Amino acid sequence: MMRRMRKLSIRTSLLPMCAAALTCSLIAPAQAAWEPTKAVEVIVPAGAGGASDQMARLIQSIVLKHKLMKQPMIIQIKAGASGAEGAMDVQESKGDAHKILVAFSLIYTLPISTGLPLNWRIMNPLAMIAQDEFLLWNNAGSPYKTAKEFLDAVKAAPAGKFKMGGTGSKREDQLINFALNKVYGANFTYIPYKSGGEAATQLVGNHIDANVNNPSENIAQWRAGQVRALCVFSEQRMAYKTKVTKDQSWADIPTCKESGIDVQYQMLRAFFLPPGTTSDQAAYYVDLLRKVVATPEWKEYTERNALKQTFVTGQDFVKFLEKDDAYHHMLMKEAGFAKSK
Amino acid sequence: MEDLGSLFHGFAVALTWYNIGMMAVGIILGIIVGVLPGLGGPNGVAILLPLTFTMSPTSAIIMLSCLYWGTLFAGAITSILFNIPGETHSVATTFDGYPLAHQGRAGEALTSAFTGSFIGAFVGVLLITFLAPLVAKFALEFGPPEFFAVYLLTFSSFIGTGKDPFKTIIAMMLGFGLAAIGMDAVSGELRMTFGWSELLRGVAFLIVVIGLFGLGEILVSMEEGLAFEGKSAKINMKVVLQTWKKLPKYWLTLIRSSIIGCWMGITPGGATAASFMGYGVAKRFSKNGDKFGTGELEGVIAPETAAHAAGTAALLPMLALGIPGSATAAVLLGGLMIWGLQPGPLLFVEQKDFVWGLIASMYLSNIAGLIIVLSTVPLFAAILRIPFSIIAPIIIVVCAIGAYTVHSAMLDIWFMVAFGIVGYFLKKLDYPLAPLVLSVVLGRRTETSFRQAMLGSKGALDVFWSNALVGTITTLALIMLFWPVVSFAWSKLGQMRAHAIAAKRA
Repeated sequence: MMRRMRKLSIRTSLLPMCAAALTCSLIAPAQAAWEPTKAVEVIVPAGAGGASDQMARLIQSIVLKHKLMKQPMIIQIKAGASGAEGAMDVQESKGDAHKILVAFSLIYTLPISTGLPLNWRIMNPLAMIAQDEFLLWNNAGSPYKTAKEFLDAVKAAPAGKFKMGGTGSKREDQLINFALNKVYGANFTYIPYKSGGEAATQLVGNHIDANVNNPSENIAQWRAGQVRALCVFSEQRMAYKTKVTKDQSWADIPTCKESGIDVQYQMLRAFFLPPGTTSDQAAYYVDLLRKVVATPEWKEYTERNALKQTFVTGQDFVKFLEKDDAYHHMLMKEAGFAKSK
Repeated sequence: MEDLGSLFHGFAVALTWYNIGMMAVGIILGIIVGVLPGLGGPNGVAILLPLTFTMSPTSAIIMLSCLYWGTLFAGAITSILFNIPGETHSVATTFDGYPLAHQGRAGEALTSAFTGSFIGAFVGVLLITFLAPLVAKFALEFGPPEFFAVYLLTFSSFIGTGKDPFKTIIAMMLGFGLAAIGMDAVSGELRMTFGWSELLRGVAFLIVVIGLFGLGEILVSMEEGLAFEGKSAKINMKVVLQTWKKLPKYWLTLIRSSIIGCWMGITPGGATAASFMGYGVAKRFSKNGDKFGTGELEGVIAPETAAHAAGTAALLPMLALGIPGSATAAVLLGGLMIWGLQPGPLLFVEQKDFVWGLIASMYLSNIAGLIIVLSTVPLFAAILRIPFSIIAPIIIVVCAIGAYTVHSAMLDIWFMVAFGIVGYFLKKLDYPLAPLVLSVVLGRRTETSFRQAMLGSKGALDVFWSNALVGTITTLALIMLFWPVVSFAWSKLGQMRAHAIAAKRA
């Protein structure tokens, strides 16, 4: 029942879209398309050095290297209040097409947990360029070698014996923890940390018993044989078959569902323009992002961080957002994370 | 010693003309960035990061780490000259540095700050060179209770700096209150933002400090009649040499602060906590402790040495574990990843050339940095010759720019003005500012680690004595906290014994 909504059937909607695009380009007047006239600010609503920051800086380097944009790109970190600072800043910069937001699930969870008037629906959605996976990890020294063994032990133990660490409070990591406790009867005590990096070292140091970090947050520790990847919270296994550790590739990690734990969660990595920007302006950035994801640097980056490659834009993206929002809403409400009025 | 071989190979890599040029550029840019409050290390590194994309990773990291050194060194300049700390870790430098500048001894203060930094950083690099693998493991020992114990130790080593303990506590609580504005990391809810989205990011430490120290000081000086007695200072390279002659006297402080700094850098309590602890400990155990705050060279050396030892040692957990010890280190970390390097336990094995090249460049850039900043001492000290009525408006403008750059927000400038006025009154009423600033800087981290520890132990306080490491730190912190009582009891005991002996003899 905690199933993640199925991906939209993109195939069926693709045909009319292409047809529409074709006619559009045929009848579009020959005027020059919109282009940025000054430096473009990329707002990162997360900590310096974190996943969003790294992605923004990589895109900045790709844009610079392949000369994809005439104007420079500036990265602004606005990480206050779990990123609310950055997201609110973009939402309040009405009509400013020189500001784009690097978004992730905070656009759904923050308004619920804090009561802030943040609303992605009034912003101008550009595209989702990747999805981040979440895995269940434990310390390599732990006697529980599979997800099932581990969670059965957690289930049998009294509350408070097993600790799960994660990024922040009432956000994606704690939602997954809630789902595990609920669906499987696991008995984790959740401890919020500042970042996935901190949760990774705390797991290696045995201060917590598990985390649900993204691949990029735990890869260094995984390769060093300090943590064990138990299962991935996605419908299918990850696609990357190159060996990352001595004997495992990302594709070798079973899904949690295969292991009898029916919890699924993936997180969007997407971009938004502020409200009141035009579709011409959006089209420029969508095109820019399309060029970015076609570069070998991007391919290498997604592979290294085991991101799920995807490119969803236009109506499909909005549909995706609606479903994803509904899913988060349901989880947040059930977990009791909604701000009491 | 295979590693030493790699280090010398690293020196060979770093010592090309191109790379030496990059070093100089990095340090000078770092000083410029560091002198402007607000535009500190993380911003500077972030702004320059794109410039390095076209360079080879080695040259790029050399330039960026030099920039890092430049900002570290420069933090002391504004602290000493204008009482405005450019970076969090240079707050403690103002306590004695600014009074020294007031007495016309700015040259001495700057020289000893730079030299102290150099020594601290050097010890840090030595530590990285010889103990990297061993020390990196130590950082893993730190869970929430350990972090809390370290912060507690910082607070306790600093309590009692004011004459009036009640005023100290009031100032400290005010700081805790300010630190709590924004999102509560443990519950994920907003606190004290009053539905105002400008308050979401909380009150940045730098705004508070620029206001309290920078503006507050100018207001006080204005009242005292626009005088600034730094003018007659002797300003030439001789000052540097004369100061160096005095420094060996402070060997104990240098060693103590280096140890505190290295330890805090690795653990990772951070450079800011280290500088406060270095100052607090020196004040407590120095012979001239009671003169601290009135312009003691030792009071400049202690925090600077500790801060730089910590700043350097903080690079170790970043390289070896992938956890950045400071915001600047975090941006550097992002840079490493763009070049395709994965910081973490395997970096030392897989990217030997790069790691040892970086370490070699740390030695070289530290030396280059010292030479460059020392040669600028007369230049900076000469700024004090400018009449106060001209320099004061300039300082106010620089403060405003600094406050604005922290978050690019206009509101922050108003906050700065407000804190300036508050700072003026606190000074008039003889409230100590240091405990306030300390709790603004560390309050949130202290609170979060305490609550994380409580979540883990289900509210049992014995978690702070649950293993030898945390038990030792906590006990040490409590001893420091009650040191006045302890030392009083000790002397009483001694007296009683003396009496007893005397009584026996009689």
